[in-house]
Amino acid sequence: MFQISAYGDTGLRIQFGEHISKETNQQIRSFCMLLEKEKIPGVIEWIPTYTAVTIVYDPCTVLYKALIIQMEKLQNRLSAMELPPAEIMHIPVCYGGEKGPDLATVANLHNLDESQVVSTHSSAEYLIYMMGFIPGFAYLGGMSEEIATPRLESPRSAIPAGSVGIAGEQTGIYPLESPGGWQIIGRTPIKLYDPNSLSPILLRAGNYIRFIPISEEEYEVIKQEVDEGTYIPYVEAFEE
Amino acid sequence: MSNTIIEVVKPGLATSVQDLGRTGFQQYGVVVAGAMDSFALQVGNILVGNPRGAAGLEIVIMGPELRILEDTVIAICGADLSPKLNGERIPGWKSIVVRKGQIITFGQPQDGAYAYIAVAGGIETPVVMGSRSTYTKAAIGGFKGRYLQKGDHLASRPLNISLGSVTGRGLSQEFIPNYKNAEKIRVITGPDQSAFEKSSIEQLLSSSYKVSAQSDRMGYRLEGPELNHVDGADILSDAVLAGTIQVPANGQPIILLADRQTTGGYTRIATVISIDLPFVAQKFTGSELQFEAVQVEDAQMLYVERERLLKKISLGAGQVD
Repeated sequence: MFQISAYGDTGLRIQFGEHISKETNQQIRSFCMLLEKEKIPGVIEWIPTYTAVTIVYDPCTVLYKALIIQMEKLQNRLSAMELPPAEIMHIPVCYGGEKGPDLATVANLHNLDESQVVSTHSSAEYLIYMMGFIPGFAYLGGMSEEIATPRLESPRSAIPAGSVGIAGEQTGIYPLESPGGWQIIGRTPIKLYDPNSLSPILLRAGNYIRFIPISEEEYEVIKQEVDEGTYIPYVEAFEE
Repeated sequence: MSNTIIEVVKPGLATSVQDLGRTGFQQYGVVVAGAMDSFALQVGNILVGNPRGAAGLEIVIMGPELRILEDTVIAICGADLSPKLNGERIPGWKSIVVRKGQIITFGQPQDGAYAYIAVAGGIETPVVMGSRSTYTKAAIGGFKGRYLQKGDHLASRPLNISLGSVTGRGLSQEFIPNYKNAEKIRVITGPDQSAFEKSSIEQLLSSSYKVSAQSDRMGYRLEGPELNHVDGADILSDAVLAGTIQVPANGQPIILLADRQTTGGYTRIATVISIDLPFVAQKFTGSELQFEAVQVEDAQMLYVERERLLKKISLGAGQVD
């Protein structure tokens, strides 16, 4: 599928599929790599999502019809694109306690021990389908349905940055303090979003993450390294 | 090097430092922010001799009280919020000299909601991800990532030109927008037009919608005839742009503006064309909007014309950028 439509007078939306799938995600990733490589005049930036890429462009440099032709040319090169291997980043998480106040709720709902919830949550590899919502937030796929839990009935007014939560069949990490209704099961000391860093956003769509359970003490040690700027997240190659 | 030039005596309702926004990071979820009325900010910058994308002060409805700490040149563009210098009414869309010790105040809003003070040299704050725009929800950009407060001191880049050389410039009357009498807001339908009943698209284009009180830099919620979905209001999270009109399950449209999130989960019935965005932003709570559909090609011709106008004003002001 490669369906182009106008999106306002500065946007072009290209749809690659109808549903969330790894295949669609890979096509989108390849297409974004081509955009990055070709630096097409007038293309300002692009926003990849579950099933589409939206391109933001300057009509003074390239008009709608001309950009469509350029995009169709890129499409012809898609099949020949080789994606670099995806990476898995390890995200240390201190589960439960005051950092994960809803861990017990999730466990009770499914008649599990808290430790079973932790092992289920931390044994999967999660594909980063897209980034969005707030700076550095990753939309992840791959959580076990066994721990799927509805959102809180009444959202909290402030959830600390780094909080790891479950909302329905999704799991995610809050990059900055914000209000929210997710079931919070733990917290990571690492920063997903650091506006003053040269690379302000830690995660990239198309890569994977794995949650690594850590203790309160380990949390404090890593947090200090993060604050001092000496912490380097552990990354390994992803094998299908 | 920068000079402290403005002291905030009273902060006003929500005064912030804005430029043309933080582009290039939307794929990582970073919100664009920037001036709600980018035309007004750009004209202001041109009039005081700045590059069009320099940072200025955005003022909404209830303006601040500012003390000038050094002689400089300013231009106030956008909404007419009754600006005064030492109690004397000053004109909008015109560059004027302000002297050390003088006080800028604002009064009753006359036309529009968002005004911009462009200052010669531009407001200097740290650049975060390529922009000085304030995005308060993530506490980034602008002055400490927040709206201005009493006692804040703002700096500008020192001038290497004489004040006189950028004073007394104005935008011709014919180009000064009249926000109150703004005609219809033009939109391009889609990308989710098929998610709506045909009659609802007609409804959007033939009815009047009122700007509700739940409106801010993120977007304006509208109230009016309900728009009906064929099969639910939710979509897989997808990109949203400036001017995108989302319709959640309650059938009431929301126009997304400067502080919109990068992605959203509601069906998008249409997107406001770029040159009409300032007219949306300048609407007050309770005022009415009507929409009219245009083709992309027509909207882009208008866009290119607008760009030509800005270039022409720059040239007229002796600037090339």
